[in-house]
Amino acid sequence: MPALVVIVPFAAALLLTAIPSWRAGARINTGASMLCFLFACALPARVGEASRLFLVDAQAAHFALLTAFIAMTTAWFSGAYIQVELAVRRLDRRRLRLYHTLYQAFLGSMLLALLSNNTGITWVALEGAVIASVLIVALPRSAEAVRAAWRFFIIGGVGIALAFFGTIVLYLAALPALGPGMLAMTWSELFSAGRECDRAVLNLAFVFLLIGYGTKAALAPLHGWMPDAHAEGPTPVSAVLAGSALNVALFIILRLRRVIAGNPSAIDPGPPIMALGLISILIAVASLWSRRDVKRFFAYSSIEQSGVAAFAFGLGGPAATFAGLLHLTLHTLTKASVFQCVGRAAQLKGGQKFADIAGLIPASPALGLSLAAGIIALAALPPFGLFTSEFLIASASVRAAPLLAIPLMIGLVTGGWAVMARLQNLCLGVATPNKGPGPKPVALLPIWVQLALVLLLGLAMPAPIADWFARAAG
Amino acid sequence: MDAGPGQTALGYDVAHFLGGASLVLSFALLYQARVASLPKLYAMQGILLALAAFWQGQIRHAPELYVTGVITLAAKGIIIPIALHRIVQRLAIQRSIETALGVFPSMVLGIGLVALAILAVTPAAPGAKVLTRENLALALSVVLLGLLMMITRRTALTQVVGFLSMENGLILAAIGVAGMPLVVELSVAILVLVAFVVFGVFFFRIRERFDSLDLRFLEQMDEAEH
Repeated sequence: MPALVVIVPFAAALLLTAIPSWRAGARINTGASMLCFLFACALPARVGEASRLFLVDAQAAHFALLTAFIAMTTAWFSGAYIQVELAVRRLDRRRLRLYHTLYQAFLGSMLLALLSNNTGITWVALEGAVIASVLIVALPRSAEAVRAAWRFFIIGGVGIALAFFGTIVLYLAALPALGPGMLAMTWSELFSAGRECDRAVLNLAFVFLLIGYGTKAALAPLHGWMPDAHAEGPTPVSAVLAGSALNVALFIILRLRRVIAGNPSAIDPGPPIMALGLISILIAVASLWSRRDVKRFFAYSSIEQSGVAAFAFGLGGPAATFAGLLHLTLHTLTKASVFQCVGRAAQLKGGQKFADIAGLIPASPALGLSLAAGIIALAALPPFGLFTSEFLIASASVRAAPLLAIPLMIGLVTGGWAVMARLQNLCLGVATPNKGPGPKPVALLPIWVQLALVLLLGLAMPAPIADWFARAAG
Repeated sequence: MDAGPGQTALGYDVAHFLGGASLVLSFALLYQARVASLPKLYAMQGILLALAAFWQGQIRHAPELYVTGVITLAAKGIIIPIALHRIVQRLAIQRSIETALGVFPSMVLGIGLVALAILAVTPAAPGAKVLTRENLALALSVVLLGLLMMITRRTALTQVVGFLSMENGLILAAIGVAGMPLVVELSVAILVLVAFVVFGVFFFRIRERFDSLDLRFLEQMDEAEH
């Protein structure tokens, strides 16, 4: 079953290279994403399966399901989005073929990274995801897009290179425990072999893997690629789907934490992860205030939320990990909705600066209200679920690291405030003139589905879902 | 782990010589003031790397390392240096290298990074074999020097060469680890990344100054543009 989840998007990517019609391409894209999601739905029943190639643990199943779900709603959203992009000639037919191919290749790489049981294959999958998303960011071919893609490539390339070194060193660390060969590159073996791993080599591997994969998770200090990359590419992939890539990187860091924690004499993985998370939160929150570009603004907010999740994973223990997983899940759903709204709003207003987009509710009530709901959810206000998850993380921090809870809460409150401060102008203010077509309500359906889930998880989390999160948190 | 029949004094010496020579070339790349010499130095490092792969394959009886060696020789000894040479000519890149840091401070920093690499790897003494450990220290030094070059040299091309040389350090690390599976596959995978970087310079005609790792400058650019 994990093989099918990975194969469907890659096969679809191959097929899409051969389909010249963009309409057919969009349909195949949606169909393949739905099929992939259906297969992913079977993953929770397979938890505990480990083969040489694939490892389905509760966390992997959870993130694969979430990624496939976002890919499905986004493919649905993308169909209407690209029609407008085509009409204003930001993309042409030839590039749409590449766009759909890369969409599926990106999805396939992320799922492979999540489900792989081999440290080397995880690395290759993440490298593939970086290359696919760089190509997508560069797709509009404007000077800004090329510059954003290049910056992403150089910083992402450094991250990937450091992660490669870390992967080699991790193998070296596992040699005394597992002997030469494939076993020492197998995640499921590494979890139990941590104790016999070489302590000093394990520490070295941890540092490189944390910085390397931390780059992809947009953690400081190598987060600079992200605002540009999110802002310049076609919204469905460069912003929405790329949000899921943060989860993949954080998931790998979480796995790494488990391996290192297996060896009590090695470095304690918690504090470094917490430190990176906290620094990312504070840098992102400080940057939020001076943004003029809507997409860049929300990209900085993603850096903040990624930092919040990393902080929770660094705290460790079932309660904080539970809160971190919940937070990542809700943030992914919320941010996907927000970016989908912003993408359509930028098309409606013909620009993505705060100066271009104002007074959305009078101009397009359905879109404006959806964005307002998304922003309120993102600011972690009740009744939406992010309130719950941030509350859980803050209280876990008060218990385990009370001094760090102070900067954390300052960051959370200031971040939420910065987001709410934009709500007034974006949604309510004096309407700017419309320069493009607005979305039909049916095109907003995926956004409502996502926000409804966030609301549901905030108001009353059904017991099976709570059990599922607790299981994933270990 | 057994020492293996090939792990003789000569085996050590040659492996160390090749690794050390790669490191010397990394320093040469770091202090080089003329853009035109970068492709030549990079080609020399690529050839040394290929020889190191052949030698490790020989002393360890690991035939798959010969494959890595052949790929490395073709890609890094020949194809990529030619592509870099063409980039220098076609894009009319300025002849001298703009630096954020003078030659002397960057050399001092470089030596400091090598010391750091040795200090980081050496405590791993009991676990790893001597050859592996020292090879890893050399490889880490090459990686860090490549990173330093990316930070201190400010044209797009020198950053690309820094990236490429950093990647050479990764391959040096991979081939030096005993019995590492997937070495060929992984080295091909990272070659794809390298090919994309070189292709990207060509395709997008990136020639202007480009400060990707200088975060202070990035912030200023963000302020100016958005």
